[in-house]
Amino acid sequence: MKAAYVPSAVELRKRRKDAISAILRYVVLTLVAVVMIYPILWLVGATFKTNNEIFTSVSFIPKRIDFTPYINGWNTRTKFTFATFFMNTFSFVVPKIIFCLVSSTLVAYGFARFEFPCKKLLFSLLMATMFLPAVVTRIPLYILWKQFGLLDTYVPLIAPTVFANEPFFVFMLIQFLRSVPTYLDEAAIIDGCNSFGVLWRVLLPALKPALISCTIFQFVWSFNDFLGPLIYVTSLAKYPVALALKMSIDQSSGIVEWNQILAMSFLALLPALILFFAAQKYFVEGVTSSGVKG
Amino acid sequence: MKNGKIGLLYIAPWLIGMVLLTIYPFVNALFISFTDYNLVRAPSFIGFANYVKLFKDTDFLGTLANTLKYTVFTVPLQLAFALFIAFILNFKLKAISFYRTAYYVPSLLGGNVAVAVLWRFLFQQDGFINRFIGIFGLGPVSWFSTPGGAMAVIVALKVWQFGSAMLIFLAALKDVPGELYEAASVDGSTKVRTFFTITIPLITPTIFFNLVMQLVNAFQEFNGPYLVTGKGPLQSTYLTSMFIYDNAFKFFNMGYASAASWVLFVIIVAVTLVLFATQDRWVFYSDSKK
Repeated sequence: MKAAYVPSAVELRKRRKDAISAILRYVVLTLVAVVMIYPILWLVGATFKTNNEIFTSVSFIPKRIDFTPYINGWNTRTKFTFATFFMNTFSFVVPKIIFCLVSSTLVAYGFARFEFPCKKLLFSLLMATMFLPAVVTRIPLYILWKQFGLLDTYVPLIAPTVFANEPFFVFMLIQFLRSVPTYLDEAAIIDGCNSFGVLWRVLLPALKPALISCTIFQFVWSFNDFLGPLIYVTSLAKYPVALALKMSIDQSSGIVEWNQILAMSFLALLPALILFFAAQKYFVEGVTSSGVKG
Repeated sequence: MKNGKIGLLYIAPWLIGMVLLTIYPFVNALFISFTDYNLVRAPSFIGFANYVKLFKDTDFLGTLANTLKYTVFTVPLQLAFALFIAFILNFKLKAISFYRTAYYVPSLLGGNVAVAVLWRFLFQQDGFINRFIGIFGLGPVSWFSTPGGAMAVIVALKVWQFGSAMLIFLAALKDVPGELYEAASVDGSTKVRTFFTITIPLITPTIFFNLVMQLVNAFQEFNGPYLVTGKGPLQSTYLTSMFIYDNAFKFFNMGYASAASWVLFVIIVAVTLVLFATQDRWVFYSDSKK
């Protein structure tokens, strides 16, 4: 813009109006953000408070930093500590992630790069299952796992990922693969790669951001899953964090040590939060970049 | 493209899982719903008896009414919030990624039991929410001992998680060509009017997608009410998914629970089909799609 330019009165008024509406937007956004985040901040603060202070102070900043709620909460009133419950959680979350990545990639590759009989029909079936209410299949699946004698194991939780039975991930990878140009595949085939070689050497590197997105989602969803363990896991020794927390709020005998429960709640949220903030870059990239550079 | 058999080989895991873990249980649920089955004795065929009993069961009918109420409150509120915030975020703002994160985090954590614990806590008689509204001279509200209050608590929990719908809206809004806004602004249209006459019609496919997704989810909601309010006062937050859970996994009435799950399923499909039927009237797909 030239220095000699003098804005007209109309333009000045418009600029002022724009500035006001911009400020208004920031005010609204910030207010909503505070409402969204405050409960979580308050939770963090409350974990350091005494039980008494929790019920008398609206502020999230505790009067002192005291880790006793963490120590007592971690040790629980049972013979297990939260170390067991966290280990239990990871012992089905990690296999779920690995199986999900492998099976979803293979199936997405099949759908994105090959022609086969009934492909259209099968693809619509895949899409339809994305909307299929899980509530209908829950009871027969329970009976099925009972017949296999696999109740109170993690197998019913893990098995669906072995068969790419979560269409969300397959669909996401198909969408991503479609954005990867096929000339790379063709060049690799000319160089003597077989179909699996194309996937392994050419497409997998390109798929990296999408696979990281899948990992994040699968981790968070599996870690947070409550209904699955509630139905299938019955013995305390195998409880994941979700069930252990539920158990702690159900204990009605004696005084409920809210600060301990809240401290453990915060620890339960921590893995997902850390992963999200650490991988946020990949999260956004997974959606935007095609992974093909130069 | 190439040899058909190779493609089938790659999708084989999904195909097997589809038959074993989706289609078979799906059909089996219908079969079980016509039987009396408690997991101990073999299922015995009893025709439509479960269904007849269901429609006389005031508990079940009550859960249907509650589920409907829950859905009618949460879905529009959640979508309205998501769209409104996405609309504001779509202006070129500084610190957009900070806000995007702040709004998305509740969706990310929402399913965790820890959030339910927190929620239960915030809404207690002497909890944070009552103390907060007390500053403005309101309340205290007995959230958990009044039917309306309990419903409000679980609705608020769901609406709080509008982040993922918002991200989907935000992506759609980014695709609306900027020239359209400029043209509207030159023609003297206000921002609000532009929003309703240009933005909304252009993103109707996304609104439709979010609407269907949220409806299907809301009809099956379990965690929120189960963990935060339980059945609630006068069973006001006893939703159908909880009724199914109780009958199947507490009382082991597998036949009865399966029948209930099929009724819920048919309702969800019916609502979805009605939405699809009205699609032509209000959803505008650009020429490239559909």
